[in-house]
Amino acid sequence: MDLRYTPEQDAFRAEARAWLQANAPREPLEHFDASRKGFEQHRAWERTLKSGDWGMVTWPREYGGRGLDLIQWLIFEEEYYRAGAPGRVNQNGIFLLGPTLIEFGTHEQKARFLPPMAAGDEIWAQAWSEPQAGSDLAGVRSTAVRDGDEYVLNGHKIWSSRAVFADWAFGLFRAPGSERHKGLSLILFPLDAPGVTVNPIRKMNGHVGFAEIFLENVRAPAFNRLGEEGAGWRICMATAGFERGLMLRSPARYQVAAARLAALYQARRDAADPALEAEVVRAWMNAEAYALSIYATASRLMAGGSIGPEASTNKIFWSELDIHLHQTALAILGPRAELRPEAPDAGEVGEWLDDYVFSLAGPIYAGSNEIQRNIIAERMLGLPR
Amino acid sequence: MDFTLTEEQRMFADTARTLLADTCASADLRRLEASGEARDPARWAAIVETGLASVLLPESAGGIALQELDFALIAEAAGYYALPEPLVESAGVAAPMLAAVAPDRVLAHPQATFAVQHPVNPFVADADTAAALLLHHEGDVHLVDPDATTLTREPSLDPFRRLFRVDWTPTSETRIASDPGLWDLTLERGALFAAAQGLGLAQRAVDLAVAYAKERTQFGQPIGAYQAVKHHLASAQVRIEFARPVLHAAAAQLADRDAYSRARVSHAKLAALEAADVACRTAVQVHGAMGYSWEVDVHYFLKRALALTFAWGEPAFHRRRVGARVFGRPAGPDQTFARECAHA
Repeated sequence: MDLRYTPEQDAFRAEARAWLQANAPREPLEHFDASRKGFEQHRAWERTLKSGDWGMVTWPREYGGRGLDLIQWLIFEEEYYRAGAPGRVNQNGIFLLGPTLIEFGTHEQKARFLPPMAAGDEIWAQAWSEPQAGSDLAGVRSTAVRDGDEYVLNGHKIWSSRAVFADWAFGLFRAPGSERHKGLSLILFPLDAPGVTVNPIRKMNGHVGFAEIFLENVRAPAFNRLGEEGAGWRICMATAGFERGLMLRSPARYQVAAARLAALYQARRDAADPALEAEVVRAWMNAEAYALSIYATASRLMAGGSIGPEASTNKIFWSELDIHLHQTALAILGPRAELRPEAPDAGEVGEWLDDYVFSLAGPIYAGSNEIQRNIIAERMLGLPR
Repeated sequence: MDFTLTEEQRMFADTARTLLADTCASADLRRLEASGEARDPARWAAIVETGLASVLLPESAGGIALQELDFALIAEAAGYYALPEPLVESAGVAAPMLAAVAPDRVLAHPQATFAVQHPVNPFVADADTAAALLLHHEGDVHLVDPDATTLTREPSLDPFRRLFRVDWTPTSETRIASDPGLWDLTLERGALFAAAQGLGLAQRAVDLAVAYAKERTQFGQPIGAYQAVKHHLASAQVRIEFARPVLHAAAAQLADRDAYSRARVSHAKLAALEAADVACRTAVQVHGAMGYSWEVDVHYFLKRALALTFAWGEPAFHRRRVGARVFGRPAGPDQTFARECAHA
């Protein structure tokens, strides 16, 4: 164990910091889920990132990445959040589908899909859940029927993040008549294909951040199937493990929020309930613990290890720390906490409120925390199903 | 940047776990408890023979001069087995402190244990069996023979914890050092290794409860198949998973001896003993009425966790130390591994 950065890592941090300082937007962009305008502003930012070769630093160069290791990725993420750079509109692509493509895709698939993903030219939505298949994802009913070199897709997907404005989606489809975990395939399809209808769903925060997708005889080339036919469940679980275990939520996100929370408390110490100091300290410790855990995971992966069911502990930890952190902020703000950002006296208050409302989704998305606890109990602790 | 344990570190931890699995099982604890003796001489001899007690000592004191992280993994094993003998308090804390001042005193008595009276602790653990006591007086370190003091036993909830009030008279002959840094380092080690034991206690409590939940059936199936039970245990395991990397980082950074390393030791102590508290209370609940009995082992772990929560700085003390870092030093994602004196 050596918890010091090498001179090369320090130099890399300096390079990332300088580039972000020079290139990150000075003014906050409209949220990518709020409007087409906000979405396209974020796409433009993804293109700017790519122009600096920062699209997705861990991918191989031939697929639009920079060929860096996971510690460098963490350093980049730290600088990214420190710079207050915009949220990654292509998160479903670069952090979820991308790593899956790298693990399970053919060279041709990687060459086709990864570079435009890294460049922001194709923004991705996920299409896993269905009205009758949420936590019980193996209950999906949407079908893929092979017809020559194509699949014909039919069904109804829902809670698809980014689907309102995105270009592509990846979804789970089953062979007709197949059951549960068998017969599922992971298939990529363009959201503007004939037969696709996208209906926005308004979220608690007012944004149209997700959508339902209706597929009626949508044709997708067989090339768009990731992995073997029928291997979809295994691939999705690997994707979910990677998502929960490492990339979905950068520790830096919470460390920046914890530092802001500490500053908020210090600025209002005279007016705030002194008992809140312990909560601020706790929020900071939680963010640090999460960061240290991710450094440990990254080091283990670099030494040839893998991500297992312990990934589920991550998702519980960050989603709960996020809510606690923002609740603490609202408690410090007191009667102003309810002010919307546009309220004349909101100041910086509104940002905390938005992030608090968003934090409430954390225990639900990417597999509800109840499902995560089942996974921990059954696969880590060995309790009976 | 490398956040992995070395082969050697894993090997030492394995050695400790294997030895304690063989010599510190439930029946061994109960035999010692029934005997009323302070320790099991055969177990202590095996611990010393295996070299676990000399990990942190300098070579001049007969040790192998490894680091806090190496010993933290051993302390974790001591917690996992609720070891009654003062391996952690002596070999991890008191003996290295004495060795820093008078290594020959440690070298001369490889089987001996030592005890320390730190100002944060009102009482001295294992003072009666110690070869010598390191006592605090006006910032100085005094080395005193227990026979030259009056020891008054203060019974602890933990049946294996031997606490004493020490009444004594300092003299110029007993004073061996006046370096306040010694007391500071001793506090860091005491708190760190209490945290390490807490992590071991927490995992043991979860493991005991998991084993019971697989076995015990109600309503026609093992209680561990019910989500209410699963989710309790999963929540306890989450606490453990996010205390462990903090503990390891705290151990690796302890030598920095700055505001950052102190905050990390305090964070580790808070997180590990909160994990132990949650895990032990969960284990009692999962065991039902059995969990509240003396017959099931869970109470040993719960009691040790309670004692260590307040030893080597109570939670408020450690929260203040973390607060000093949060509010007094730069915070943010680029500061995770910050140090006061940044040199390569």
